[in-house]
Amino acid sequence: MDYSQFLYMRPELSLIAIIVVLFIYDLFSGEKARGYLQPLTCLLLFAHILLNLFPTGDNINAFGGMYQSQPMIAWVKTILSIGTLIAVMQSNVWLKREDTHHKQGEFYTLTLFTLLGMFFMMSSGHFLLFVIGLELASIPMACLVAFDKYKHHSAEAGAKYILSAMFSSGLMLYGISFLYGTTGTLYFADVASRLNASPLQLMALVFFFAGLAFKISLVPFHLWTADVYEGAPTNVTAYLSVISKGAAAFTLLVIFIKVFAPMITAWQEMLFWVIIASITIANLFAIRQQNIKRFFAFSSISQAGYLMLGTIGGNAIGMTSMVFYILVYMIANLAVFGVISIIEQRTDGKVNISDYNGLYKTNPKLTLVMTLALFSLAGIPPFAGFFSKFFIFMSAFSAGFKVLVFIALINTVISLYYYLLVVKAMYINPNEQPVATFKSDAYTRLSLVLCTLGIVLLGIASGVYDSINAFSFGI
Amino acid sequence: MEYTILLLILPFLSFLLLGLTGTEFKPKTAGLIGTAVLGIVTLLAYITAVLYFSRERGADGTFQTLIPFNATWLPFTETLKIEMGILLDPISVMMLVVISTVSLMVHIYSFGYMNGEKGFQRYYAFLSLFTMSMLGLVVATNIFQMYVFWELVGVSSYLLIGFYYTKPAAIAASKKAFIVTRFADLGFLIGILIYGYVTGTFSFGPQQQVLAAAGSLLSLALGLMFVGGAGKSAMFPLHIWLPDAMEGPTPVSALIHAATMVVAGVYLVARMFPLFIGYAPETLHVVAYVGAFTALYAAIVACVQTDIKRVLAFSTISQIGFMMVALGVCTSNDPHAGGLGYMASMFHLFTHAMFKALLFLGAGAIIHAVHSNEMMNMGGLRKFMPVTHITFLIACLSIAGIPPFSGFFSKDEILTACFRYSPFMGVLMTFIAGLTAFYMFRLYYNIFWGKPYEVSEDSSHMPHEAPKSMTFPLIFLAALTCVAGFIPFGRFISSNGESYTIHLSIPVALTSICVAVVAILIATFMYKGATQPVADKLAARFNGLHRAAYKRFYIDEVYQFITHKIIFRCISTPIAWFDRHVIDGFMNSLAWVTNMTSMSIRGLQSGNVQQYTIVFLGGTLLLVLILLLV
Repeated sequence: MDYSQFLYMRPELSLIAIIVVLFIYDLFSGEKARGYLQPLTCLLLFAHILLNLFPTGDNINAFGGMYQSQPMIAWVKTILSIGTLIAVMQSNVWLKREDTHHKQGEFYTLTLFTLLGMFFMMSSGHFLLFVIGLELASIPMACLVAFDKYKHHSAEAGAKYILSAMFSSGLMLYGISFLYGTTGTLYFADVASRLNASPLQLMALVFFFAGLAFKISLVPFHLWTADVYEGAPTNVTAYLSVISKGAAAFTLLVIFIKVFAPMITAWQEMLFWVIIASITIANLFAIRQQNIKRFFAFSSISQAGYLMLGTIGGNAIGMTSMVFYILVYMIANLAVFGVISIIEQRTDGKVNISDYNGLYKTNPKLTLVMTLALFSLAGIPPFAGFFSKFFIFMSAFSAGFKVLVFIALINTVISLYYYLLVVKAMYINPNEQPVATFKSDAYTRLSLVLCTLGIVLLGIASGVYDSINAFSFGI
Repeated sequence: MEYTILLLILPFLSFLLLGLTGTEFKPKTAGLIGTAVLGIVTLLAYITAVLYFSRERGADGTFQTLIPFNATWLPFTETLKIEMGILLDPISVMMLVVISTVSLMVHIYSFGYMNGEKGFQRYYAFLSLFTMSMLGLVVATNIFQMYVFWELVGVSSYLLIGFYYTKPAAIAASKKAFIVTRFADLGFLIGILIYGYVTGTFSFGPQQQVLAAAGSLLSLALGLMFVGGAGKSAMFPLHIWLPDAMEGPTPVSALIHAATMVVAGVYLVARMFPLFIGYAPETLHVVAYVGAFTALYAAIVACVQTDIKRVLAFSTISQIGFMMVALGVCTSNDPHAGGLGYMASMFHLFTHAMFKALLFLGAGAIIHAVHSNEMMNMGGLRKFMPVTHITFLIACLSIAGIPPFSGFFSKDEILTACFRYSPFMGVLMTFIAGLTAFYMFRLYYNIFWGKPYEVSEDSSHMPHEAPKSMTFPLIFLAALTCVAGFIPFGRFISSNGESYTIHLSIPVALTSICVAVVAILIATFMYKGATQPVADKLAARFNGLHRAAYKRFYIDEVYQFITHKIIFRCISTPIAWFDRHVIDGFMNSLAWVTNMTSMSIRGLQSGNVQQYTIVFLGGTLLLVLILLLV
């Protein structure tokens, strides 16, 4: 066996190395040394990002086709690593709390394990590796959701997540077994060449899709989302809402292109209905929410619908715009959850939208960050969100889905309305006792500054989009 | 010369620093940061100028155009793309020097003038923003970049005019300036789009055959661009914003509304000059007539204004008219035969920036001392403010066209170019030059001579000379005004880029000197004394004309009538009704439907995992059905 093939897996290997280092450090460090876990993790993750900026090779096909990677996939891994770094930085205050302090090492290792799973998921060239990656991304995630396990909400959310995940995995494996039955192989390239769109394969397609749609939280596979987002610790919610969702959405696109390309009309038809349902229903629910975490759960479902607009064309421009969308959405949503979590920590758990009334008077800078992020999510120029929405609409439009783009456009108007509700609460709604003025810690502040820069600059700097575009591939 | 990118980056960083965290600094520190950054920028600009003009000339005898930095920002097609970069050629390098010099002087001057004002840090942040935008405008590598920075300049001008945002007049003036110039910029933008459409590029020098094929659309594009330039450069009838813009702090008026931003229109025409002269000479002559009329109109109005800053404002409009005329009377590319005006215009832009900034800064010193803009509150100030007096006098002599001050040389070139074009234009411009001398000395005598200064009741102290930080820029600019005329300007800048030696045309020079001297003598006779019987009598005799000129020939009232009575009433009101009832009504019903649906489907989200699973499975099977049946 050619062991040098392991070197192709640089992102995964460096992640595993970090996990091992953190695990051992956590195991043997005393009470005091544990305080350095946070900076150590950030530093290692940063090194990991830098290390993986070096190109690995154009078309990697290792271990007999089990593991595959393209520059685009490496790009997405880097983007997700950056997002993880920001999410880790934001959890600083929460992890320093009395009840979580002693188990913060677990948080880091669990988080990085899920990230590792997503990496394998994206780079898989065989359904076996894909399923392993998916489970590796799911099971630690359930632990993370239930991290505050003595809190009723968190425990309940963990249970709901693991039950739903099990169900969706089961369905998906059932679908994959159909694929195996009809094609006799599980290698992506071989499956693709033997597809003939028979009813059984159509069923396999839908079952497989359901498994990933659960992670992307598309309607009607989304019902767990609001409960889990609300119950999970806010920093976990942040991670769940961007990294997990982004990885799953990208994997879906890659597998649709690599495996299900012969059945393109079928999955386009399927996505068409799912996108309409996701965007519209999520918007309708978002309007009524009082709890800001639930509110952003529905917001993230509708954003997932927009993400799928990049998938539906199955072309290179769709992939570019989708990866750009993931990047922009990740930055904005991390900014939002960063603000939510810091306010929750400083006020002993205030998470209702009405708690944000009059925030501008006491914490103008936080309010500004939140406002910019909301503008970006709503797609208001000149912020990055406008450009990402514009590109993704363009890609779907050029693929011929004009009605779909029209419906999505109407929904952006509705989404603007509910995003502005939060802005209105912060700036206009009167409040006798607004959240008291506080100074946030250096980690959170740095992460919010990074997010703000991203929101402002990503759209204007056309080079980002162009460099993503250079690696894009379609059917 | 890649370092030239710093010319834009440094002021921008200073803007970000002062704009975002300005209040964390003490006012003095913030001012020092801004001034220090600008000092570096000025130094860089000078180095650039020296390096650029000491380069070898190319084979055709011209200075090569350099593009040390150029990044593609938004590509549309192979050729049609928006780039951001730095372009160095003789006129942009000259503008770099002018802008950075005046801006630095204003930065220093503001230390004294704005001392103790609320928002000192904000003021310096805006100054940095303005300087960055203006430098970006002149070094633009293509017309679109120019437009981007053009708008940025407009924004910073708006911010600075409205600096005293608690004063209603300042707010109104800033809005007026912004709206009027934006309105003109619409023409500019349409011009750019047509230009991009017919030439397939935004760059300044498209290929010959493309241009030749463009035909009349190109003239239209250039004409529309001139509309934008006319707005920024306050050409009649778009000049109405400039006098009001004097509500801003006086150093700002010196920087933006005298020396740099208002000549952007001239610069634009000069930048597009090869295209104008080659493909749209008629449009260029329209520029000349607009410029001449503006110069005449503004000079007449300036003769009767009593607010000293307004006099200077109208004088600026008039002088920019001179520059436009000089560009407009060009008939060929050759400076020896009909292309002289190009050089003359740029020369005048250069000298005018110095002495007009000097006049404004001097006016600022006076206003600082007597706390009033009105002439009647002044008089006899020469004893109290000797430095201001002498420097102001130098500037007046320069603008009046008395040798050896710089204004004489540049104005002489303009007049020569006008005479070459047509005797009528030459005589007209000489007459306006005479008017200029007259109203400037009317201003001068009213401020520094006339009745002795009386202390009004509310101000207890006598006026005194301005602090050092204010007199230094005055002296510096006055020195420049004395020597700038002797710069062999034609060697650096001429219409075809070749070296051109300026030689004074003796008849033109003598005539213009005589006219200026006579005008100054008349002004002396009318305004030097403690009482002004002749002036009063003339004003009474020609009461109608005097009133009309004082009211600026009612142009503002005409605008007022058109906008309020016609546009607002006949167009805006019906549209507002439609918006409020039809469009809002539709949106409200949409919101109502959304809310109702949202209410009715909330049962789906019950919190019950079993139900979630059922929906999950049901959805999956439904999708299978859709795929199987469709």
